[in-house]
Amino acid sequence: MPGPAGVVQMDKASYEQICRILGEKRSFLQGDVACAYGALLAGCDFFAGYPITPATETAETLARLMPRLGGAFVQMEDEIASIAAVIGASWAGSRSLTATSGPGFSLMQENIGYACMSETPCVIVNVQRSGPSTGQPTEPAQGDMMQTRWGSHGDYEIIALAPNSVQECLDMTLLAFNLAEEYRNPVVVLTDGEVGHMREKVILPEYDEIAFTARRQPTVAPADYLPFQSVDESLVPPMATFGTAYRTYVTGLTHKESGLPTTDDAVAHTRLITRLVEKITRHRVELTRVEEQFLDDAEVAVIVYGITSRVALNAVRTLRQQGVKAGYLRLIGIWPFPEEKVRQLGERVSRIIVPEMNLGQLVHRIRELVPDSCQVSALPSIGGRVHLPAEISSALMTDRKSPEPEGQHHV
Amino acid sequence: MFNKALNIHKYLRRDMYPSIFCVGCGIGSVLNHTLRAVDELKMDMDKSVFVSGIGCSSRLPGYIDGNGLHTTHGRAIAFATGVKLANPELNVIIFTGDGDCAAIGGNHLIHAARRNLNLTVIEMNNFNYGMTGGQTSPTTPLGSNTTTSPYGNFEEPFDLADLVVGAGATFVARWPLGYPYETIACIKKGIAHQGFSFIEILIPCPTGYTDKNDLKSNKEIWEWYRGNTILRSKYKLLNEQEQDQNHKLVIGELRNVQRKEYTTEWAKLVNRLRDEQDRVDDS
Repeated sequence: MPGPAGVVQMDKASYEQICRILGEKRSFLQGDVACAYGALLAGCDFFAGYPITPATETAETLARLMPRLGGAFVQMEDEIASIAAVIGASWAGSRSLTATSGPGFSLMQENIGYACMSETPCVIVNVQRSGPSTGQPTEPAQGDMMQTRWGSHGDYEIIALAPNSVQECLDMTLLAFNLAEEYRNPVVVLTDGEVGHMREKVILPEYDEIAFTARRQPTVAPADYLPFQSVDESLVPPMATFGTAYRTYVTGLTHKESGLPTTDDAVAHTRLITRLVEKITRHRVELTRVEEQFLDDAEVAVIVYGITSRVALNAVRTLRQQGVKAGYLRLIGIWPFPEEKVRQLGERVSRIIVPEMNLGQLVHRIRELVPDSCQVSALPSIGGRVHLPAEISSALMTDRKSPEPEGQHHV
Repeated sequence: MFNKALNIHKYLRRDMYPSIFCVGCGIGSVLNHTLRAVDELKMDMDKSVFVSGIGCSSRLPGYIDGNGLHTTHGRAIAFATGVKLANPELNVIIFTGDGDCAAIGGNHLIHAARRNLNLTVIEMNNFNYGMTGGQTSPTTPLGSNTTTSPYGNFEEPFDLADLVVGAGATFVARWPLGYPYETIACIKKGIAHQGFSFIEILIPCPTGYTDKNDLKSNKEIWEWYRGNTILRSKYKLLNEQEQDQNHKLVIGELRNVQRKEYTTEWAKLVNRLRDEQDRVDDS
């Protein structure tokens, strides 16, 4: 085994077999399908899911391809069962995935908390649609940004990535599997109905472009193995799987390093939960992924993510052509929040516009981080309508002290 | 009948004792019966996973020196489905209770039975939610007193064995506590069975249920079981009208049939597709 992070290359025969099943190196795909492709290229060998618009194509693709690669696919009776099966499969040694949308993601929350508590690597693709409740099933939204962070009860950390193109659906899902193993944590890929259903050119990565993070295995004898004890500064314990001599007991109860429950010990609970949180937050810098354009001399800027970023970049380019010093910061890694990048931008520009396809979610986190000298304004668009470039450029040009434009929510 | 000399302690995590179970609780006996079946089958504990949900009976995997997956309320069978599909070589045994698997987890129970996935469910029916202090469950007998049916339960209970037979389970059995030989033999058969096995064991819960329902001694509990159950062999002798009017729980081995098992069928599919791909590659 290589270094502690467990980064190795997938074996070439597996890569070639996957590519043979996937077909053309360059193809024209939907985002949901690209998520399935990214999963397979990450070595995903287990999928459990439940049909839901606009995420079903990921399940349909894997129903077709998974048995051809010797993996397992199962359509469960609901989303609660889907995420449960995904967690069970991970403990049995699989790299496991589910895909869903808002209502299903809501149903999964309790077990996502279980995955965090039991430190189970797994990947959840959430193709966001308009809510709350059944909402607009076929329309895109970004309404689950905060649910992703806080949806389960109690204190925990989660990793979330937000692709803005079909190619990134593949790349980010692939990356999500590696992050899940590296941090022994669930990882959420936050797409939306627009990214999930649109079709674009996708290029499959070459063999040496693919990183493969293997699960950290225990290096001590079975009798000395403590499945929930961190052994190095990463705070991420090695993880044996069921079926080996490393017999493991897993529980959602507060547990000792051995895994056995201890439910009325404040010290043990604090030690466990602090480590679960710090194993993510301590790596905030490594987990920061942003795209920065036109920021060097920017006076105003847009902070944006997902499909909205495609429109926002267009708006910023137009303003630049008009001589306006507008900048663009796209968040790719959403959780843990890229605090330093946002803080630094807030110190440099006088105004930040946050266009989101919700009534204002990440804008609150951004406002917490920037100094008072920087105005932060939400620019919501709900109902399934992606912002128009003109709305974003106009917001970047509008002094917030002037009256809010007609029909725009003040958040 | 069974190995009386067996030192059951070799299967236990001794540092977990004393257990959480109340005096008079039946769950410890079910653990005993299960481990004796496991011993007779010479199961490899490294390759065995004990999965459970939430409730008193779901604490059992913690006492076994093996792999344990103590999950969320009602979801044990769904978690176990993932474990089994990911590695069909593993023996997967589920410990659950009447509330865990028939109320909050009822959907997973019927669908696992329908899939005929090779899992063994050992369901401990104590007629109430014991861990939360004795509330009505889907199997609480009509008229019984619980903390949430203080004037007597007026909901008809589930017959869980009937339910899973209807859902397609291929091995179904029920025994009250007090039939150790039959229960051990039955668990052995259930684990060895290729398909979905469901074994219900009726157990007393003095803290939550039996004490509140005038069953204050082992003798009274035993007499209740005797009066409210009927052996399958005797039930079969009843005429049609008598069977229709029967309100006793039928005990014994209730179903044992063979049907296509999920992981076996999946493996066949994988092999078929691999052969097809090989032919494409060769041509």
